Amino acid sequence: MTDVTTTTGVAAGVDDDTTGVRPGAAEPPGTTPETASPAKPGRDWGRWPVAVSVSVIAVLWLIPTLGLLVTSFRPRELVDTSGWWTVFTDLGDGGQWTLQNYRDVLDAGGFGNSFLNSLAVTVPATVLPITIAAFAAYAFTWMEFPGRQVLFAAVVGLMVVPLQMSLIPILQLYTSGFRVAGVPIIPDLDLNGTLLAVWLAHTGFGLPLATYMLRNYIGGLPRSLIESAKVDGAGHFTTFTRLVLPLSTPILASFAIFQFLWVWNDLLVALVFLGGEQDVRVVTQALRELNGSRGQAWHLLTAGAFVSMVLPLVVFFSLQRYFVSGLTAGAVKE
Amino acid sequence: MNSQLAQVLTALVVGVGGIWLLYWVADRLVNLLPVRAAAAVRPWVFVGPALLLLTVYLVYPAINTIVLSFRDRQGRGWVGFDNYADIFGDANGRLAIRNSVAWVIVVPVLAVAIGLAFAVLADRLGRRTEAAAKSVIFLPMAISFVGASIVWRFIYNFRPEGFGEQTGLLNAVWQGLGNDPVAWLLSEPWNNLYLMVIMIWLYTGFAMVVLSSAIKSLPVEVLEAARVDGASEWQLFWRIVLPMISSTVMVVLTTILIIVWKVFDIVFVMTGGEFGTTIVAERMITEFFTFRNQGRGAAFAVLLFVAVLPFMALNIRRFRAQEEMR
Repeated sequence: MTDVTTTTGVAAGVDDDTTGVRPGAAEPPGTTPETASPAKPGRDWGRWPVAVSVSVIAVLWLIPTLGLLVTSFRPRELVDTSGWWTVFTDLGDGGQWTLQNYRDVLDAGGFGNSFLNSLAVTVPATVLPITIAAFAAYAFTWMEFPGRQVLFAAVVGLMVVPLQMSLIPILQLYTSGFRVAGVPIIPDLDLNGTLLAVWLAHTGFGLPLATYMLRNYIGGLPRSLIESAKVDGAGHFTTFTRLVLPLSTPILASFAIFQFLWVWNDLLVALVFLGGEQDVRVVTQALRELNGSRGQAWHLLTAGAFVSMVLPLVVFFSLQRYFVSGLTAGAVKE
Repeated sequence: MNSQLAQVLTALVVGVGGIWLLYWVADRLVNLLPVRAAAAVRPWVFVGPALLLLTVYLVYPAINTIVLSFRDRQGRGWVGFDNYADIFGDANGRLAIRNSVAWVIVVPVLAVAIGLAFAVLADRLGRRTEAAAKSVIFLPMAISFVGASIVWRFIYNFRPEGFGEQTGLLNAVWQGLGNDPVAWLLSEPWNNLYLMVIMIWLYTGFAMVVLSSAIKSLPVEVLEAARVDGASEWQLFWRIVLPMISSTVMVVLTTILIIVWKVFDIVFVMTGGEFGTTIVAERMITEFFTFRNQGRGAAFAVLLFVAVLPFMALNIRRFRAQEEMR
């Protein structure tokens, strides 16, 4: 922190030790407190320009999805012969709307069942990597042990291993174990086709990113906070569960959302490790069969895509309340 | 159905509760050790499970892949560096590398820039408006890949003049402006850009959500202090918010870069790598699974992870710096 003395005009009230603001980076040159205009109400960006730019981006992003939504309510003949946007020229025409696509999708054998299966795969495959990565990220940040930096580097480096290349070796591991010169290192666990096999695979594939993101966040928590817990006699386990985890809810919630989505929308891992049988198949497999049995059934696929989107959206909305401001506000007082 | 439900619920309890029980029991056991031994062992209780899973699920397959990349198409005899020589000697292989480089520059930068701008702007709206606006950007992430490829067909679809009405939005607009319809996905080299747009559309939501949570975790006292000192909102962003979330920006950039580097589905489904749109990840899948050339497919995979190593090294240096600053 020696360069604090070499910079001038660091915003008064910004305490470098507790906030991690790098001196110099936070310095508005030429606006030393003396020359700056007297305290403005703050929001000088105006409400309208903000609202307009947000709306423009939002509309651009919405158009493709809107096309999907509209198509899912149109009969097949129309989907193939005219653009989805033509519905807006004659909104009242009841003949161009149908619920048949949704009826077909939901009636297609065992869709409800596949929903349950997806849930049984996705929830543990979301909670497991987050839990394991959080423990690891805590250790990588706040515990001392030999090889800490190297191991963390290795974990991050593993992000680049393409999942597709892992499937076949893992499958062999599941079905016939692992031997070095005839000595079994990992026995034949016969895991293939079990939920555990899928959970562990998703956990393994999701761990590097989870550890990387959580380590970045947990590493940014104020050191004084962790140390004060230690002074108060809290062990690592308590500090982690009572202090670090609650403070990390925003990042835990955002990673949870994405892991949930990736697993929910995964077809490959489920297909390889769980198999495609009727009683174990997940939503994405059910969707694929909709298409498989009827060729390019876009009208069904669009409806199916929306049915399978419902749960991820519920998860997103219910986790959104954890993205709150100022969790660490007032937590550090020197 | 009921037994299925019971089974699922049991699975959830076992899967979710089991892992916590495991850590708790392990931690209790470590407590029984003498103090010094406990301090030495405890970190391994925390990182152990992660390291074990990573070894089995990623390290072992990665080594497997590297070995395979020096073997022939059946994955048996050794061929030395032949697979790599083939990749660099083949015009299509070089094109795949060039295109992939373009992807990892364009997509992460644009996704992060738009996501960050949106997170910052939406932060200024009312609570409910913000939630609604953010969910619109997030929406594409919830669409399964099958869904996303259909969505974009309704945008890029092309019918030659005289072969019926356009069902692709872009051509409808283009024709409405008085132009002839264009086969967007066939027109090199711009078709690469059109495919990248799909990825940007998908992943801006990722950048937005993570960056937004970083912005929300900034200490409010700092921002208020700067405002009291007369910093404009523009200065506030460039001089305080951005420097303070720079590590998260870096994390998001790296993450999207790696995801983009590995993504093959968009190209695979939309153009099958034809018309000059081939990329490294798509070559890997095509060689390995379509052409059944295991050695060459593995060599493309190795190319993928070797190329990202310098970027990883950069990240590690940044983490070291973060530690020294604390």
